[in-house]
Amino acid sequence: MIAFLIKRLMHAFVVMFVISVISFAIQSNLGDPIQQMVGQSVPESQRAELREELGLNDSFLVQYGRFATNALQGDFGYSYFFNEPTTEVIQRHLPATLELVIAATLIIVVFSVPIGVYCAIRPRSALSRFFMSVSIIGISIPVFLTAIMLIQLFAIGVDFSPFPVDTGWGQWLNGVLSTEGGMPSYGRGNDLTHLFGTWDSNFFSLDGLTYLVLPAVSLASIMLPLFIRLIRAEMLEVLQSEYVKFATAKGISLKRIYFVHALKNTMLPVITVGGVQLGTMVAYTILTETVFQWPGMGLMFLEAIQRSDIPLIVTYLMIVGLIFVVTNTLVDLIYGLVNPTVKLTGKPA
Amino acid sequence: MIDKKTLLASLLGASVVLPLPALAQDSASDSDPVTLRMAYDADPVSLDIHEQLSGGILQLSHLTHDPLVRWTKDVKFEPRLAADWERIDDKTMRFTLRDGVKFHTGNDFTAKDVVWTINRLKRSADFKAIFDPIASATAIDEHTVEIKTHKPYPLVLNLATYIFPMDSEYYSGETEDGDPKDEIVKNGDSFASRHSSGTGPYEVVSRQQGVKVEFERFDDYWDKDSPGNVDRLVLTPIGENATRVSALLSGDVDFIAPVPPNDLDRVRADKNVELTTMSGTRIILMQLNQKRVEAFEDPRVRKAFNYAVNQQAIADRLMKGFATPAAQLSPKGYDGYNDSLEPRYDVEKAKELMKEAGYEDGFSVSMMAPNNRYVNDAKIAQAVATMLSRINVDVDLKTLPKAQYWGEFDDRAADIMMIGWHADTEDSANLFQYLTECPDLETGAGQYNAANYCNPELDEKVAQANVETDRAKRAEMLQAVEKALYDDAAFMPLHWQDLAWAAKKNVKLEPVVNVMNFPYLGDLVVEQ
Repeated sequence: MIAFLIKRLMHAFVVMFVISVISFAIQSNLGDPIQQMVGQSVPESQRAELREELGLNDSFLVQYGRFATNALQGDFGYSYFFNEPTTEVIQRHLPATLELVIAATLIIVVFSVPIGVYCAIRPRSALSRFFMSVSIIGISIPVFLTAIMLIQLFAIGVDFSPFPVDTGWGQWLNGVLSTEGGMPSYGRGNDLTHLFGTWDSNFFSLDGLTYLVLPAVSLASIMLPLFIRLIRAEMLEVLQSEYVKFATAKGISLKRIYFVHALKNTMLPVITVGGVQLGTMVAYTILTETVFQWPGMGLMFLEAIQRSDIPLIVTYLMIVGLIFVVTNTLVDLIYGLVNPTVKLTGKPA
Repeated sequence: MIDKKTLLASLLGASVVLPLPALAQDSASDSDPVTLRMAYDADPVSLDIHEQLSGGILQLSHLTHDPLVRWTKDVKFEPRLAADWERIDDKTMRFTLRDGVKFHTGNDFTAKDVVWTINRLKRSADFKAIFDPIASATAIDEHTVEIKTHKPYPLVLNLATYIFPMDSEYYSGETEDGDPKDEIVKNGDSFASRHSSGTGPYEVVSRQQGVKVEFERFDDYWDKDSPGNVDRLVLTPIGENATRVSALLSGDVDFIAPVPPNDLDRVRADKNVELTTMSGTRIILMQLNQKRVEAFEDPRVRKAFNYAVNQQAIADRLMKGFATPAAQLSPKGYDGYNDSLEPRYDVEKAKELMKEAGYEDGFSVSMMAPNNRYVNDAKIAQAVATMLSRINVDVDLKTLPKAQYWGEFDDRAADIMMIGWHADTEDSANLFQYLTECPDLETGAGQYNAANYCNPELDEKVAQANVETDRAKRAEMLQAVEKALYDDAAFMPLHWQDLAWAAKKNVKLEPVVNVMNFPYLGDLVVEQ
């Protein structure tokens, strides 16, 4: 166990090192940060002065060396835009992103397991077919489109009236097709509950939750169908296996077979995929947060790119890399708990 | 009213359609404080109004501070902290300051604050260039300031729109860390970037960069005649165009700027929202680089390019009427605006000119344009490229995000480059100095002249105009320069970008908008 953790720690270092080198290497293509900092009519001599002051004229190795030395001491530099240490900026934006990811994960877990299991147990039922076809649509529509559609439907409202308004049935049909809107369309709202440090939460008030619904649903919209299909496929396979047949023959109740024996084995690969996807979800927040103006890391990162805020970009990439390594390590640990036959250190890296 | 049953909403559950508490406040009675929730594409980068010369900072300046004078809708001056002014001689302007004005800290506003502010402006990297003509500012007495210029300078009042006096007493001394409180820091923490004290209608009460800024009306605001009735302002940056519009249409905010042109119709159609537009002063043009392409040295070719481009069509169809076709740099209202100049569009004429110049079969050029800097910039570039193909010019177009574009622009990396320019001084001479003067690294003249167009005679005329304090004479000189540039086809002018704001019906924007693109929100009335 300890050997495993040490190995993972070394992995983390390698990953962070590679990410930092790559993000440093591409910075010359990210544009000139000075351009974003000064007004258009500022003369070139002023710009040169500022460039020198920021050390942008030094060679790649000198700049990287300076960054790496400081980073090893926990100093990742100052954001050009926020005028604060990048780690503080990220700390402030991290909770919003985590809440969004947690909310989306909850939606995914609550819906994917029952639906996936149902579709596996009753593969031919009309409802299963309906879920399967809807999930294909869900996978194919990009997150930002889902997000914009959700805003139009539930925040602004749609007034759709193809049927005559002067008849009772026409009114009713139009009403069914139209939506009223009223959901918040952007941001986290004002009713946040302070937890600790920089963490203000949306989870503890009704108003806060309404702000969370649309972003979380659109973030979940990509992963939810994926998990429904994954759980269904795994479950179908498990249901064909010898021990399930044996258990059925032995007369154990179907409920127990489905939800105790089969489900447990179904969840093994699901956990693995889930762990990896959790990291991916942090990446997907860039799109969702941009559309909903959710003040998290994704939005911050996109804006940092637009402003060529290099220190912030590098720090963000490294932290996301760290999140990937950490989630994967946790997944491997949980895997060992669910299936004790798996030996951590014996696993190929 | 039709009773709507919403299927989708009921599927998601009742909690989904609960109205926001914030919305409920809108219908509150008169005695309740009025809150204006506004969304801009970005929030101010700092509270230090001298840190950056940008739209965001100037908008902030008009909220937390007051200028000596400010622009009206028809590009005239309106007295603010300066109650009156007179020209003493060619080089001296005397301002009489308003009495009884208080800073947010409670300190009295006096002449020494103005002098202090001008000195600080001259130290700011972004402002020092436009304040260069000023030699000194002296306090004659408590409420009189004299501004002296190095040479006779006609634009002292234009500069005065940038003088937002700061509370000199508040910014004097040192912080706990031993840094001077008045230092201007571009990339780091400074006292002034986190603290603010001006004379403006609003005080900053809280600020979370990139998330929101909250303002409250200053109780002791000097302008008791101001009709403004907004007690609280909440500014949220919403960078994404579609989201910003959605936030307004769904009622989450009361006021947005800018309004993306593609959504103008959508905003216009909404019955709860009103769109306010006016023609702007930012010119969009293309520069034909004579250093890179030999053919561009021939004025006939440059003219042919101008004749080939249909500015009216771009303004009407591409910009959906959200632009005014241009034939010169100076917009209407500027001293240099020459009303005899009309956009020229005549493909036959263009072909003829090309033939005359010996380029009947055309040639190939490269073109670069930003794709997220100006309204529809990339589409405009594509349209121009297509129009040029009619005179057999083959355009290799590349569009880039603004962060990368300006580096390429500085390198003059393509034969034709797009640029938009708004004169900081709201004056024609500024346009010429940056866009058409012979490029000179030493003096900084022609810094954005990617055409490499050079006509020393015109430069001389602009220099003369800049020491001419007789406004009428000066206007004549500047208009002559516009005419000469037009005859010479020094560049391809396209249009002036219009300005647009959108707000709920009860927000009376119309009276407070102005060419500067920062509505004077201190005077804004929100009907209850």
